[in-house]
Amino acid sequence: MSSAVTKDERPDTLRLLPPHLNDVTVDESSLRRFLHGLPGVDPVGVEERAAGLATRSIKKAAKLAAIDLAISMVDLTTLEGSDTVGKVRNLARKAMLPDPERPETPRTAAVCVYPDLVPTAVQELAGSGVKVASVATAFPSGRSSLEVKLAETRMVVEAGADEVDMVIDRGAFLAGRYGFVFDQIQAVKAACGPARLKVILETGELATYDNVRRASWLALLAGADFIKTSTGKINPAATLPVTHVMLQAVKDWYAETGQQRSVKPAGGIRTTKDAIKYLVAVNEVAGPQWLDPYYFRFGASSVLNDLVMQRRTQLEGHYWGPDYVTVD
Amino acid sequence: MAHLSIPKTYKLFIGGAFPRSESGRTYPVTDAKGNFMANAALGSRKDARDAVTAARKGFGAWSKATPYNRGQVIYRAAEMLEGRKPQFVELISTSRGSSVRSATAEVDAAVDRLVHYAGWTDKLAAVFGHANPVSAPYFSYSAPEPTGVVAALAPAESPLLGLVSVVAPIISSGNACVVVAAEADPCVAITFAEVLATSDLPGGVVNLLTGQPKEMGPHLAGHGDVNALDLTGADDELRTTLAQLGSQTVKRVYVPKGVPDFAAAPGTARLRAFLEIKTVWHPTGALSLAAGGGY
Repeated sequence: MSSAVTKDERPDTLRLLPPHLNDVTVDESSLRRFLHGLPGVDPVGVEERAAGLATRSIKKAAKLAAIDLAISMVDLTTLEGSDTVGKVRNLARKAMLPDPERPETPRTAAVCVYPDLVPTAVQELAGSGVKVASVATAFPSGRSSLEVKLAETRMVVEAGADEVDMVIDRGAFLAGRYGFVFDQIQAVKAACGPARLKVILETGELATYDNVRRASWLALLAGADFIKTSTGKINPAATLPVTHVMLQAVKDWYAETGQQRSVKPAGGIRTTKDAIKYLVAVNEVAGPQWLDPYYFRFGASSVLNDLVMQRRTQLEGHYWGPDYVTVD
Repeated sequence: MAHLSIPKTYKLFIGGAFPRSESGRTYPVTDAKGNFMANAALGSRKDARDAVTAARKGFGAWSKATPYNRGQVIYRAAEMLEGRKPQFVELISTSRGSSVRSATAEVDAAVDRLVHYAGWTDKLAAVFGHANPVSAPYFSYSAPEPTGVVAALAPAESPLLGLVSVVAPIISSGNACVVVAAEADPCVAITFAEVLATSDLPGGVVNLLTGQPKEMGPHLAGHGDVNALDLTGADDELRTTLAQLGSQTVKRVYVPKGVPDFAAAPGTARLRAFLEIKTVWHPTGALSLAAGGGY
């Protein structure tokens, strides 16, 4: 393994399911019975609550603390066909030193890249504590055979990725083949070894909040360390109400099993204001113990620029412009 | 049924839209006799910030538009202003207590001023750009470029002509601006914003804030994403404060010499104040030597 184990490394969550959940995963029909037995989401209620929490005003010292926390939760991401080794190197440097004029600015949680660029990221980030995350399993569509998905997962883990972002097969999920999706997640989790697994539900393609809740539980049952909203390639990407439903899922999971799992909204989070709205939601829906980069992440790139600018605004009392931070 | 007249709410002009102040505040505007005229939005720090964000967005498209196109748009604004002449004459004569004749003269001059600057857009490069004679095998030329986002304080005298004389030279070269209207004349300024909003001017190129220049000025002068200041409408004390604040982020600062006479021919100082001159050195090789010449 390339990156050193840092002091904030938590022991891997105990994977044993409580007896009443053990029966749920024995076959496809019991899995379906369980997922369809989950209480339905009240769409009006969840949207109203998300909108209500988004009006909270966070100012001064609390805002500065929220900005620092948000920076430390960013998975700085570049997932473009045009990515180059040079771009990933620059991104890695930015992750380690988001604001060169204020070196006390916290580092981001991770850098997220395509599989072939993992070695570059690993090399640049060695010893920094910033994790390397890689997408895998035929990202972003997930349309390939299990062999190919597993081979890709093993490849990125061997190259030194600390975290693997997989996509679920949305076609199979929407067709109701829950067992198929479950088995794939479980197989990828096994292939990850020590790496943490983020399962991308691609909520923009799941159509209903009920489906988001079912997909969240399915991923958690199959061993996902993180449930992640989106690939960033589909509109809508992360939204507050969808993240609410997923935060409820990890909270309920914690209540059922005692295991604390993580959530990552990704895509569409561009401003400090957006980021703080998510932090409020985390605190109110899941709980303050989720306000930690181990349990909550932002999949984003441009939001870091805005966070850095707002951080300077808070410290120096006047607004900053993009002339003063790196824009990529 | 008798018609009930609808009093107008004067709002801000930000990013091509007319929002209320984020703070929800308003202030009463009175006419020359001290009678209540209307309520205008009392802009806040956050309105100023939003206006700068909108201006930065507007700057992209406006600075890349061809000078010909910019000229057409500003000329269009002159057309729209001409069409609303009676409305402006009434507004100015009520708020200033001036005669209909002098108010008409001011509106006419404002239309002429817009046409004047509409003509300037495609001549800037020819007038302020140069081919520089250099003693090396290079073709060296200088060309003007817009400075970026300009924050301006509109003058208190001549509510319409003063405002137009400040805004037009800023935008004709491709800059975007955030203008704090004269505190006593928000109605004229926001009605002028309606002219701009119907002139094919991209949203965000001109943003108008109403309220207290003393309150919003310092936030604009300190803002890192504002590239230049036009302090025409500030008194001496405010000019010093704002220039000092602006120096911290190395802004260009324009202060007119003496008391500007807006009725006179405008000259080029305001145009030149918000231009950057870019010089390019292009190697020509030793062509002159091959032709038998020398340096």
